[in-house]
Amino acid sequence: MSVNATPAGAEAAAEAEQPTGKHAAVPAQRARRGAGAPLSDNKRAERRLGWLLCAPAALVMVLVTAYPILYSVWLSLQRFDLRFPDERQFVGLENYVTVLTNDFWWTAFGVTMLITVVTVAVELVLGMGLALIMHRTLVGRGIVRTAALIPYGIVTVVAAFSWRYAWTPGTGYLANLFDGSAPLTERASSLAIIMLAEIWKTTPFMALLLMAGLALVPEDLLKAASTDGATAWQRFTKVMLPVMKPAILVALLFRTLDAFRVFDNIFVLTNGGNETSSVSMLAYNNLIRGLNLGIGSTMSVLIFITVAIIAFVFVKLFGTAAPGSDDGERR
Amino acid sequence: MADIVLDKVSKRFPDGTTAVQDVDLEIADGEFVILVGPSGCGKSTTLNMIAGLEDISSGELRIAGERVNDKAPRDRDIAMVFQSYALYPNMTVRENMAFPLRLAKMDKETINQKVEEAAKVLELTALLDRKPANLSGGQRQRVAMGRAIVRQPKAFLMDEPLSNLDAKLRVQMRTVVSRLQKQLGTTTVYVTHDQTEAMTLGDRVVIMRGGAVQQVGPPQELYDHPRNLFVAGFIGSPSMNFLHAKVEEGRLRTALGDVPIGERVRRELEAGDAPRELILGVRPEHFEDAALIDDETRARGVEFEAPVDIVESMGSDKYVYFTVEGERATAAELEELAADAGAADFAGAGSNLVTRLSAESPVREGENRRVWFNLEKIHLFDPGSGRNLTLHEGRSAGALAD
Ligand SMILES: Nc1ncnc2c1ncn2[C@@H]1O[C@H](COP(=O)(O)OP(=O)(O)OP(=O)(O)O)[C@@H](O)[C@H]1O
Ligand SMILES: [Mg+2]
Repeated sequence: MSVNATPAGAEAAAEAEQPTGKHAAVPAQRARRGAGAPLSDNKRAERRLGWLLCAPAALVMVLVTAYPILYSVWLSLQRFDLRFPDERQFVGLENYVTVLTNDFWWTAFGVTMLITVVTVAVELVLGMGLALIMHRTLVGRGIVRTAALIPYGIVTVVAAFSWRYAWTPGTGYLANLFDGSAPLTERASSLAIIMLAEIWKTTPFMALLLMAGLALVPEDLLKAASTDGATAWQRFTKVMLPVMKPAILVALLFRTLDAFRVFDNIFVLTNGGNETSSVSMLAYNNLIRGLNLGIGSTMSVLIFITVAIIAFVFVKLFGTAAPGSDDGERR
Repeated sequence: MADIVLDKVSKRFPDGTTAVQDVDLEIADGEFVILVGPSGCGKSTTLNMIAGLEDISSGELRIAGERVNDKAPRDRDIAMVFQSYALYPNMTVRENMAFPLRLAKMDKETINQKVEEAAKVLELTALLDRKPANLSGGQRQRVAMGRAIVRQPKAFLMDEPLSNLDAKLRVQMRTVVSRLQKQLGTTTVYVTHDQTEAMTLGDRVVIMRGGAVQQVGPPQELYDHPRNLFVAGFIGSPSMNFLHAKVEEGRLRTALGDVPIGERVRRELEAGDAPRELILGVRPEHFEDAALIDDETRARGVEFEAPVDIVESMGSDKYVYFTVEGERATAAELEELAADAGAADFAGAGSNLVTRLSAESPVREGENRRVWFNLEKIHLFDPGSGRNLTLHEGRSAGALAD
């Protein structure tokens, strides 16, 4: 036992030294190498245990995600319409050409992008405001937080229906405010209502994530900025935001991916009428309603690829977002 | 540069806590003042009020003669150094130090020049392009100091700036701070709970307890002439010895034998509400091995004999610990001090006596030793109010004074 204890201790010490930067990396490596021989067996066993512990989760992941993804890719390479099952055949990338040269697809893609960008941007601003309020309130903190989170707790479809009824001419209170016009029958106003419903529902979620970020900003840092001569706005932009950056990026990533797959609000509010379909709606219409597995799968794969690109970009941004990291951006 | 005046300044928090109570303090231009006291006594709150980070509940604060109660921190032109350093993690050392200057909208040229200058003074030149995360504790501390001095503010406020450093570095940085302050001549208020820092750094020391100022004065004055039990016990390391004393037949009955008293103390004790029981305070260096003193000196004190517990030889002198029988001195102040010191110093049956004897003393552990102590240097305290009865017009004259 005593043989093991020493290298493990050295390892811990080396580990503890690492955050102090590049210079510490050399002694850390040396310590690790010095302790190498007696440790390797130990380490290999540890690694094997690690894999074993991961295995069940990895297996489930493969079964429930990798298989459907690969199967969709396979389907997307075929002409496969359930109404004409006999015409099934492998067509390579023909489906992709069909989709990517199709106006419906690009309209839906544009709508989705618009909804994503607008809702996430507005949610970020509102969420930040809400987070600041929740962070600062001293009295009735619990009540304020609970109240703010209610929209997020309501099932989307239920909320969407209440929006729809509210905007229905004659019966809806919101429609009546606008002289009984029917905003859900026009494209621009429909999109605006869809975005409003989305923002209303998910701003609290954004606020919650941002509040976790706010808690990361040390009180002393803000005090220091005050005495250094910063106004409230300068404290926010020059001290709080940079320190919160990782939390903001996480919140943006979650919300962007979520927003890009927008479905239920559109489904209930307009059912994709007046060119308000998102890509998810379009894929659904082709797959489930149109029973065209080939084209539907192609769209699903394209959505998957877009989401993957968004995630990749954000993760790239994270890499340099950690405060104090040397390769972070320099002004 | 400016003077700072606190005029009956108080702070009450919304939850009803009174953290600071009627603090009167005049800090002269260029003076180095230390706020010291046990944890929770309101030092940080006082400093934050001077900085403008906390509102003042009542009283007036003047910087350079101007009332600043309602001014925002940014309009007070003071710089603050925090225990946590509070460096901006996303900025390099250079950017951190330039931050206050950039906010003041100085031109790039001047900023660069000032930052380089400050960096040179603090030996940070090689580190200017590093991020705080890649600095050692001492280096971060220096950056925090640098950020404070680049701006040449009216005053520096420092809240336990050295507490997060290890002992050796702390001593080193203490001289850096001291030298810097003398060089710049900027009014400085420095908070610490370390009495050694308080004794060595400041021109004047303010001792606080429970939000109230106990005594203000140069370190040596606080050491020699403490106004009350709390100040006497707080200043000095090892701290003053406190013993129970009973007034009987014009003498003091103590565990160290009977102690005669002079005319002045007698008059104090003859007042109607005078206490019958006192606390006797003797500093360790006012003891001496009875075998080593001449007759003239002997006459100025009294002797006692006690068993030696421990001898610690420091080379220049010896710390000798005795246990003496008898009732222990008790007072609210002493309990508070004990709690702050971690209680270790005041625990145990009987009284523990710490003495500092000459290195020539042949004292050995376990033996009974005759020890003399100087009556001209002792203090007598009223256990109820904590007042120092031997203090006359701010001077302490011992028990025998006429
Ligand atoms: N925001 C607050 N609300 C209520 N009470 C507070 C608040 N801040 C501080 N206090 C109380 O005020 C008193 C003084 O606090 P302060 O921070 O000034 O102590 P301190 O002397 O700096 O102590 P330390 O040496 O531990 O830093 C403490 O009793 C503390 O509990
Ligand atoms: Mg404090």
